Amino acid sequence: MSAAPSSRPLSPLVTGLLLVGAFIMLAPMLWTLLLSFKSNAALMADSGAAFAPPYTLENYRAIFAGSLTTRWLLNSLIVSTGATLGVLVLSSLAGYGFARLEFPFRRTLFVIVLLGLAVPEQAVILPRHQLFAMAGLHNSYPGLILPSLTGSFGVFFMTQYFRAIPRDLDEAALLDGASRFTLFWKVLLPLTIPAQATLGVFTFLASWNDYWWPLISATTSDYFTLTVGLASAQMNYAQTSGLGFLMAQAVFASIPILIVYIAFQKQIVRAMAGTAVR
Amino acid sequence: MTAAHTARQWHGYAFVGPFLLVYAAILVAPLLLGIWISLHRADLFGRREWIGLGNYAEALADPVLHQSIVNTLVLTLLIVPPLTLIALLLALALNRATRLAAVLRGVFFSSLVLSVTIVTLIWRFILTPDAGLIAEALEAAGRAPIPFLSDPDLVIPAIAVTTLWWSLGFPIMLFLAGLQQVPGDIYEAAALDRASRWTTFRRITLPSIRRTLLLVVMLQTAAQLQIFGQAQLLTGGGPGGASRTMVLYIFEVSFGRWELGYATAIAELLFGMILVVTLLQYWLVTRREEER
Repeated sequence: MSAAPSSRPLSPLVTGLLLVGAFIMLAPMLWTLLLSFKSNAALMADSGAAFAPPYTLENYRAIFAGSLTTRWLLNSLIVSTGATLGVLVLSSLAGYGFARLEFPFRRTLFVIVLLGLAVPEQAVILPRHQLFAMAGLHNSYPGLILPSLTGSFGVFFMTQYFRAIPRDLDEAALLDGASRFTLFWKVLLPLTIPAQATLGVFTFLASWNDYWWPLISATTSDYFTLTVGLASAQMNYAQTSGLGFLMAQAVFASIPILIVYIAFQKQIVRAMAGTAVR
Repeated sequence: MTAAHTARQWHGYAFVGPFLLVYAAILVAPLLLGIWISLHRADLFGRREWIGLGNYAEALADPVLHQSIVNTLVLTLLIVPPLTLIALLLALALNRATRLAAVLRGVFFSSLVLSVTIVTLIWRFILTPDAGLIAEALEAAGRAPIPFLSDPDLVIPAIAVTTLWWSLGFPIMLFLAGLQQVPGDIYEAAALDRASRWTTFRRITLPSIRRTLLLVVMLQTAAQLQIFGQAQLLTGGGPGGASRTMVLYIFEVSFGRWELGYATAIAELLFGMILVVTLLQYWLVTRREEER
């Protein structure tokens, strides 16, 4: 493997360029972090004040003291967790069904599900808004969660994963008298845990950061998710009057997703190697 | 065929049924309903009057829509090629087992976890001429601040740069995954033949990650043609519509003017555009593969 590019050290020029790039990536985030620790009054006077002390926790205190931000955080957690669990359950069941069971119209249905990959959100979002209005689902958790469950990708992903598991396992279990469901639940499902983690993280991330649908479905601030809530806060503030507080909200809103991301980073990258390439 | 056998045949639906129900009700139904609504003069509150292709005729003659289509295409062109190239170069540089590479991978992935709200919040205060980060830097260098978001010539590039910064992580991940599939012994053979780095890249690496390249371009094109949050939150489509994208226009027509029928027709046009462009990309790449 000595000739593979992956073991060649980086040239100083490339290293320098990479460090400049890394600075461009990080500088906006670090600046945000600094701003969030400055009092709004100090920033009103001079936004350059961010680079010098004194720093304060007053903006973070304000988030916990009766702002709606904590409510939006709770909403985001409920919606993203609900979407993730829903996608994992539906995709695992359907993936197993399509990969292992014979039933009428199996191929046709699988193709119809795959065609869903080509349907952009724009093609369905307005009529979906109409349907949800008729069903009285706006400004509710089911209303925010259900659209995430229609993703074909999860079913495709899990079907591929189940197909890769050798069928000998099924036969051995069925000979032992296990039912189809026991086979699925006790034997095969545990083998798919790496896939569940990857699909779960991406679903959580997508749901957490979704903007278009919660923007039009949640119209009362009680049901805002963090993305929509922060957008409304952003619109309501005059340019810099609440800058420190806004930035503290941004940092606060990013913490849970950063935790999820860091916790699962290895799994994400590894699983991408196995699936995205084909 | 026995009754038991039939029952066993159908029980597959116990597994695929739940997803299919949700899929039919929340994806297939609105997809079809959308086509139907686009043929009506309809408002948000359920009033509908059949006008056939009237909305599509209106779209042909609507200068605001035409500008939003141009804006969307320009944004897509300003974002997808540089994004693909930068992500590929970064993946090539970071595809090694050193500690520095691992740390830098984490840095370049990091912005992908941020939501569009937070990205635009940060970038608005970077770009604003009123004491923004860039304005401060220019001031320190003795230069006047630049009003990126209120200059009609600069607003589209500013949104493109914001989007590039936000969107780098996922394509890098895909490219890294693709690069790891290239067998190491091919490189060894190339090194024995004293192939130059450029030759190695062009003859070995590039063909091996062709599929990944196609995937990245197709996904990004489809995503950027639907660009919305950045324009809505950074500029509201301004100044004077200079940064109004198609989806932002759909949003304005449906939730500002309540013209659901017309908004849906525009959405169908966008759907068609996305299908045509991504299928064209797919066809171009796979056709070349067959020629080999």
